[in-house]
Amino acid sequence: MNSRNYISVFFSDEEPLLQAVRKLLASNETILDVRSPFPVHGLDKLLSIKRSRIPVGGFIFGALGATLAFSFMAWVFTVSYPLIIGGKPYFAAPSFIPITFECTVLFAGISMVAAMLIRSRLKPDIRFVPVDEKITDDLFVVLIDSANGKTTLEKIRSALSDIQTVEIR
Amino acid sequence: MFQSPLRKPLIEGTKSYRSITTDIIDPMMNKPGKLWYFGVTLSGAAMMFGLFMMFWTVWQGIGTWGENRTVGWAFEITTFVWWIGIGHAGTFISAILLLFRQKWRNSINRSAEAMTIFAVICAALFPLIHLGRPLLTFFIFPYPNTRGVWVNFNSPLVWDVFAISTYFTISLIFWYVGLIPDIGTVRDKLKKGFKKSIYNFLSFSWKGSARDWHRHEITSIMLAAIATPLVLSVHSIVSMDFATSVLPGWHTTIFPPYFVAGAIYSGFAMVLTLLIIARKAMKLEDYITVDHVESMNKILIATGSIVALAYIAEIFISWYSADEYEYYNLVNRVTGPYNWAFWIMIICNVVSSQLLWIKKLRTNLAFTFFLSIVINVGMWFERFVIIVISLHRDFLTSSWTMYKPTIVEFGLLIGTLGIFFTSFFLFIRVFPVISIFEVKSIHRISGEKKGKDLISNE
Repeated sequence: MNSRNYISVFFSDEEPLLQAVRKLLASNETILDVRSPFPVHGLDKLLSIKRSRIPVGGFIFGALGATLAFSFMAWVFTVSYPLIIGGKPYFAAPSFIPITFECTVLFAGISMVAAMLIRSRLKPDIRFVPVDEKITDDLFVVLIDSANGKTTLEKIRSALSDIQTVEIR
Repeated sequence: MFQSPLRKPLIEGTKSYRSITTDIIDPMMNKPGKLWYFGVTLSGAAMMFGLFMMFWTVWQGIGTWGENRTVGWAFEITTFVWWIGIGHAGTFISAILLLFRQKWRNSINRSAEAMTIFAVICAALFPLIHLGRPLLTFFIFPYPNTRGVWVNFNSPLVWDVFAISTYFTISLIFWYVGLIPDIGTVRDKLKKGFKKSIYNFLSFSWKGSARDWHRHEITSIMLAAIATPLVLSVHSIVSMDFATSVLPGWHTTIFPPYFVAGAIYSGFAMVLTLLIIARKAMKLEDYITVDHVESMNKILIATGSIVALAYIAEIFISWYSADEYEYYNLVNRVTGPYNWAFWIMIICNVVSSQLLWIKKLRTNLAFTFFLSIVINVGMWFERFVIIVISLHRDFLTSSWTMYKPTIVEFGLLIGTLGIFFTSFFLFIRVFPVISIFEVKSIHRISGEKKGKDLISNE
């Protein structure tokens, strides 16, 4: 992000941050992002972040894992090499359940974490520089879009004058 | 923000967000103390001893062990089940307690999850050594051999391979997902340099954006939801290694729930052993409080009582079933040549945890530390009792025999303890031992209420 295109407002706690976000949204400012050292509850609703569909992806991949594991074992024991083991039937469905379950969990778990990393663009990158190094410590930041030309530093300052902020820049 | 007037704060002392960060990161960044060097030397020595014994086993063969034709499974499988069991508490704390919204877990989940991973690594070493020929490990993977035969998917030993590798993978990614924001914190505390680049790399360029937090939270809770049945399945499958056989003493339908309860029991004992040391050594008394220890002790009472009930059920059924082999197995456990192992198991597992009903004892750290070790000794003997006592009296009296472990086998146990503790000592130097962002998120609700002090005093 180019530094001229956004204004950052820093807070020291979640309470003033939430107040400020409410105020900024009421005065039709575009909030690009909010960054905080821990998840701030109530923010999702304010910023109208839609509920993530990661669980749906997990379900689909879990179902895929279950199908693959079960049909693979069934294929091995009925088609590829039918073998009588302990007098049991070739298609011994109950004894396929444990492995099917493990594969379901494995597929669902890996796919959800992969989805989270991809959607949030989290990847190992040694050149990454955060907006402020204190965001992971005790600073809360609201990034406001100022590319439209109408949003200025003074305007934000006066709008948030009665809210405890650390810095506006 | 609402604060419960009834509950005691989960974090003691007046903290700001800043001081939480420094409290947890400083002991990691500063030079380690004498205690750390002492610990890592001791456990490193144990590890080297164990690695040598592993090498000796592979070099000389399984003949270096005390196993014989009758007692074909003994010390190593006991230790294997013991380690897998210890791992279970980590998942219990991180997944099941997360689903039940137990906020006190936030200060202990990180180290408990790390413990899970190290314990599973120790356990996974045993099947490798068991084979005698580790180069042939690939035989257990599902692929057709030269004659086109596949592995036997009906066998619990194959289920074990899937269960343990899935368990390890899921525990590892669950742990790492939780670590990402905290690695970001460490990254931002470091000055420019090589170390910072490494943490920058490991932090996956975490920026703390609201959308990222949203996904992070959903992924964590979903992983917890799938890890919960997973952890129950893993020890159930381990117990089926025994329960699906026809041996008196093994052939029991009670095994899966009994093993799972025992696993969580011994795992919590190990968490207590580690955390009582860690809170002292790393000065984290404000975060891992006596209340945390008490809560864990209450879980010890619950799981210890389930284990005791399982013992009673086993004894009752072996009499009630009117199966003379089952009944003989019971008599042999209590009065036979290995009855000392049985009584160690009863005293260490059943009697000891019942002492925790006394509040004075369960809030006493020294006593808890001692008890946690006693319980783990007892849980090791539980597996020994089940495995060796059931085996050593064969159906044919001519095959009756005794089993005596050799120094090599003790070496393997000591060695895995060494690997476990060395890994833990290294872990507390590399990653934050307490989940920083989770502690911060409960701080306002459950810290000691000091109004304005919450805002950083700079």
